[in-house]
Amino acid sequence: MEIAIISGKGGTGKSSISAAFATLNGKVVLADCDVDAANLYLLFNPSNEEEETYIAGKKAVIDYNVCNSCGICVDYCRFDAISLKAGKIVISEISCDGCILCSRICPENAINMISKDKSRMYSGTFRNGKMVYGRLAPGEENSGKLVNMVRDKAKILSEESGLETIILDGPPGIGCPVISTITGVDKVVIVTEPTISGLHDMERTVGIVQKFSLPTYVIINKFDLNTSIMYQIEEWCKERNIVVAGKLPFDTKIVEAMVHGKSINEYKPDLKISKDIQEIWNKIIN
Amino acid sequence: MNQPVSDMIKIAIASGKGGTGKTFISTNIFYTVFQTNYRAELVDCDAEAPNAAAFFNAEETAKFEVTQQVPVINTDICTFCGKCHEYCNYNAIFILPPMKIINVIEDLCHACGACSVACKFGAITEKPVSLGQVTTFSLNNFNRIHEARINIGVMSPVSVIKAAIKSTDIQSDIIILDSPPGTSCPFVQTVAAADYVILVTEPTPFGLSDLKQSVETLRTIEKPFGVIINRSGLGDTNVQKYLLQEDISLLLEIPFKKETAVLCSNGLIVSEYDIFLAQQLLTVTENIMANHGNSNNQR
Repeated sequence: MEIAIISGKGGTGKSSISAAFATLNGKVVLADCDVDAANLYLLFNPSNEEEETYIAGKKAVIDYNVCNSCGICVDYCRFDAISLKAGKIVISEISCDGCILCSRICPENAINMISKDKSRMYSGTFRNGKMVYGRLAPGEENSGKLVNMVRDKAKILSEESGLETIILDGPPGIGCPVISTITGVDKVVIVTEPTISGLHDMERTVGIVQKFSLPTYVIINKFDLNTSIMYQIEEWCKERNIVVAGKLPFDTKIVEAMVHGKSINEYKPDLKISKDIQEIWNKIIN
Repeated sequence: MNQPVSDMIKIAIASGKGGTGKTFISTNIFYTVFQTNYRAELVDCDAEAPNAAAFFNAEETAKFEVTQQVPVINTDICTFCGKCHEYCNYNAIFILPPMKIINVIEDLCHACGACSVACKFGAITEKPVSLGQVTTFSLNNFNRIHEARINIGVMSPVSVIKAAIKSTDIQSDIIILDSPPGTSCPFVQTVAAADYVILVTEPTPFGLSDLKQSVETLRTIEKPFGVIINRSGLGDTNVQKYLLQEDISLLLEIPFKKETAVLCSNGLIVSEYDIFLAQQLLTVTENIMANHGNSNNQR
């Protein structure tokens, strides 16, 4: 069973809750799909048994031995990535989309395409099962393809190891990486917080999840920060038949656990919040 | 090209990790500078989850669609030669020549125009397809919020973000760019437009790890930056140690207070209630304006 944890808004507690879910009782496969800011490996320190390169596309590079600065490529580039500066053609690596058009139309064949190969995927073993995570190199497009690669690996690990539960810690937002994270999973958990921003982003997130008709559960984290918005969230979910799987209080112990390199359930299993998390998990998987 | 266009400064507020308080800092700096009679504009570049406008009682005064040009193939003219399919690096053209089937998969198209160049038969024209919207909210004649918002499922928010940044007034004194999280393409495109970047972090292992990645990226593209530690007192002191070690300027530490979190949760501007915070943010901003002004980043 694949369960994706997402949130829309960043910082609602997705990763802390994913970490707790991954360390409850049975062993699991844990996949960090937030490839733009992977964090879970910090808590779990997995052995990186395998490292794979992810090719994030191509970028255009000028061969100045051949380029005669005719400027044709400047006119063709729709990403404003090529300019003529002091008689020299310059390609902005940041803006280049890798479409290859400049390389194709250059009369001198002075533009080569090289692969962007700095992104990585790591997989291995952590203290409660198998773990896989991706790290997108800075500035590269997060198209969701690296997320797909992470998920494919998680499935392979699950089959090889016989660990049936796969937990996917998703990225923030509602873009392609999120869609890649939830496509075809069995259940989606949305972690929200009772703030105006949290409510807005949850509404947009539910909008996406409903397009995929997936069983959805909402967790209201830090519910005691604003009980009035908490009620609004509950009401909103009720009207749409979305299950609020539980509410968790604001607790600095979660940060403390993180500082100690542990999930809250590993750090203080007897706290009420830890027991609440266990109860929420039971509700989700049954 | 590199001459200053005005005395305007663009400051991007960014963080690798989500939820560290980017929008909190952006909206509060915006508030304190326009209260001090600067001509200020705020651009919400977090196009997947824009929230900044909700903090102000501002009237929507303009809205436009941001589009990209995608190909339309005229099958009466098309010879099914497959050249456009070969030129498309995004697999956005599906072709089955024996069946005389050719389709554009608009969701995969990056609007690079390669297929139009490839077609020697004039069978490809282009049509605009919406990527999202830029909405402008005005507080008065000078102080505005421009919000970038992408449609669900759009591959890259970059065009919408760029359009929102271009909507700002050249006469403004200060433009604040509330960046998307992460360090991928949308973040880089946003900070590339700025004269200075404020990285907002929290003093936790996750915050530190994402901060390091942001720092590495900003150093690569040679952008000046400083750090604000939000919710100081929670977590540990490893962020402070890292900043000292790397000689990175710590602009401000904002202590964790539950009251601050509660004000924010209600969509309120904390600086309106916390004069001390307002003064601190203004000082930080004015120092940046004095040292990094004269925008020559016209992207």
